[in-house]
Amino acid sequence: MSVSVKTFPHLADAAGALSRERNARFLGGGTLVMRAVNEADPAIETIVRSTDPALTHIGLSSARVELGAGVTMAAILAERELSYLHPVARIIGGPAVREAATVGGNLFAPAPYGDFAAALLALDATVTLAGGFGQRELPLDELLSRRERGATLVASVAFRRPANDTFRFVKVTRVHPKGVSIMSISAQLPLASGRVSGARIAYGAMGPAPLRAKAAERALEGRTLDAAGVAPALAAAHEGTSPTDNALGSAWWRREILPVYLRRLLLGEQTARHA
Amino acid sequence: MKTPIQFLLNGEEVATFVESGANLLDTLREAVGDLSVKGGCWQGTCGTCTVLVDGSPRLSCLTLAESCAGRAIETTAGLRRGPDLHPLQSAFMERFAAQCGYCTPGMLMAAKALLDKNPNPTRENVVDAISGNVCRCTGYEPIINAVLDAAGGNSRRA
Repeated sequence: MSVSVKTFPHLADAAGALSRERNARFLGGGTLVMRAVNEADPAIETIVRSTDPALTHIGLSSARVELGAGVTMAAILAERELSYLHPVARIIGGPAVREAATVGGNLFAPAPYGDFAAALLALDATVTLAGGFGQRELPLDELLSRRERGATLVASVAFRRPANDTFRFVKVTRVHPKGVSIMSISAQLPLASGRVSGARIAYGAMGPAPLRAKAAERALEGRTLDAAGVAPALAAAHEGTSPTDNALGSAWWRREILPVYLRRLLLGEQTARHA
Repeated sequence: MKTPIQFLLNGEEVATFVESGANLLDTLREAVGDLSVKGGCWQGTCGTCTVLVDGSPRLSCLTLAESCAGRAIETTAGLRRGPDLHPLQSAFMERFAAQCGYCTPGMLMAAKALLDKNPNPTRENVVDAISGNVCRCTGYEPIINAVLDAAGGNSRRA
């Protein structure tokens, strides 16, 4: 069965079609949707596309960073001002995937994918949703908690640029240099007088969607980033997680190694990529 | 429903009709007749269907054909110039980098994308460039050496 393809020059029109058409999916880079189309997924009857240039806009004019949902991983790697996100974008697929995979698509990638979405969670990102009657903004974690429900079209994501050297990322994988996540951990660790103030920690592949490690964040507040200081955060590392078994590793193993990699990340002992 | 599209394929204009929702891989092979592009998984996992779209590597199995209207597409069929093999093709032969041949078209195009942008890559650059391409024979070392050989030729030719 072939699907119908509808292309719109304006995002608002695409959003209208997405909510109006039966079994419609928005096509970003194609890494998720085209795979389903190739498998003749009956849940896709209409592909909605948009050529709106706003989708590929990167806004860096102030302390606030805005990424159009159609910005690709390759475009992020080409932008020097986004260097703190390069370790994240670089380990998403091979070069051909990075040329196609988009920021918006990653927000809807099922576990164990979605490492970029987890990084955005740690950056406290908000998303702007496009609708037929305008746009509205909501926190990323709210979108991730209900992303399976209904047709949603993300126009862009935005976040405050992290202070120098406060953003850290690790992806644990068995295959190098490109492999699916066993898990990923992203953290934003601002310091005030040598103590953590307002930490954000997010996990990828530790639940059905990327999630914030809020208990660990609370336990880290006011602490120093040394072995004694991070111990309470490690004790709280598992709260809210629900990893599953898959061919790459068991849920038990994921739980076992989570505090190990979190400790290394918090202590600055961890490079961005590790087996 | 079929949609007409036009694009450049290896420097020549092509006009064809594509089935709505068709991917670029099936379009190139079945509608245009370029059988140099190989399909492996149709899931974006193996990389054997890699082609260049406007100079960048893309997985043709995951690329909506309609999105390629007006674009320049390169496949392995366009590598050879008359009787002369592309330096990458020659290096693959000399280094025994093609075993079963399953991955070869994708490896060649992924390597071409790299050398077009970076004529003198490091070994790490080459490994990253082919990191999305699976060699079922696990013959990665000869492939990496072949790409480095072709790049060495670049510096000798420069």
